Amino acid sequence: MNHWPFILGAYAFALLGTAAVTLWSWLAMRRAESGADALRRER
Amino acid sequence: MLRQPKKGKAAYAFAFSPAPAFAKQAQGPMHIYANPARFLKLARPLTAWLGWSGAVLIAIALAGGLLLAPKDYLQGDSVRIMYVHVPAAWLGMGGWTGIAIASLMQIVWRHPLAGVAARAVAVPGMLFTAICLVTGSLWGRPTWGTYWEWDGRMTSMLVLLFLYIGYVALSDADRERGGEGRVTAIFGLVGAINIPIIKYSVEWWNTLHQGQSIGLTGSSIDGSMLWPLLLSTIGFSLLFGAIVLMRMRASLARQKVEARMRRMTATSSEQAA
Repeated sequence: MNHWPFILGAYAFALLGTAAVTLWSWLAMRRAESGADALRRER
Repeated sequence: MLRQPKKGKAAYAFAFSPAPAFAKQAQGPMHIYANPARFLKLARPLTAWLGWSGAVLIAIALAGGLLLAPKDYLQGDSVRIMYVHVPAAWLGMGGWTGIAIASLMQIVWRHPLAGVAARAVAVPGMLFTAICLVTGSLWGRPTWGTYWEWDGRMTSMLVLLFLYIGYVALSDADRERGGEGRVTAIFGLVGAINIPIIKYSVEWWNTLHQGQSIGLTGSSIDGSMLWPLLLSTIGFSLLFGAIVLMRMRASLARQKVEARMRRMTATSSEQAA
C-alpha cells in the first residue's frame, strides 16, 4: 500500500487546521483591540 | 461587585476590581499578572515571539520529518505522520490540563485572569485533539489496516474531544447569560479525570495503540527520527501559546469595551435623572 496519500492528508489537515485557528484568533484579537482603542479615542 | 475606578486608572480596573481581602493576597507570585494591564504589557511582545518562533520550528521539523528522517523498518513511510500526530496529542491533553489548573485557580484563589486563560485554551485544545484523532486514523489505515478501533486510547481521546466541545458550548452559554464562569470552571476540573485515563489506557487495557516511547529517562526512538519529533512538539507548543495569548487579548479587549459601555450608560442615566 502506498503510504504517501495518508501522510500528505495528515499533514494537510494538521497544517490547514492550525493555520485556520491561528488566523481566526489573530483577526479576532485585531478586531477587539481596534474596537477598544477606538472607544478610548472617542472619550 | 464591580467598583468604579479612580480617575486616570486603566479601564480594566473597573472590570477586575478585587475585593480588599483579595488585594492583600494579590501581592503573591501567583497574582503578579492578575492585573490585566500588566499582563498585556508582557503578552503583546510575547505573542509575536511565540508565534514566529513556533512557525519556524514547525517548518524545519516537518521538512526534516518528510525529507530527512528515515522510514521505519516496520511501519515504513507512515511513521512520518508521527511528526504531526504526537504534538497534537500532547497539546490536546496539555490543553485540558491547562484548563483544569486555570479552573482551580479561578475557583480557589479567584485569579482574575484564570477564567480568561481557560476559555482561551479551549478552542485550540479542541482543534489539536481533532488533529490527533484524524492523523491517528490516517496512520492506522496503512499500519493496522483500519481507520478506527474502539480501544482504550482512541476512545478516551474521542471522549476528550467531546469534553472540549461541551466546554466551549457551556462557556459561550455562560458568557451570554453574564455568568461568572464558575460552572464552566467546575466542568473543566471534573473533565480532568479523563487525562490520566488517556495516559494509562495503554497499560490498563489491551490495545492496538503502542505504549510510551519517550520518558523522562530516555527514548526508544532513534535519534535520526527523534529530532524532528522534538522540534515539532516544541514548535507546535510555542504556536499554541501564541494562539492562547491572542485569544486572551481579544477577550480582555472585549471586556474592556463592555465595561466602558456599562460605565457610559450608567453616567448618562445619572445625568438624565
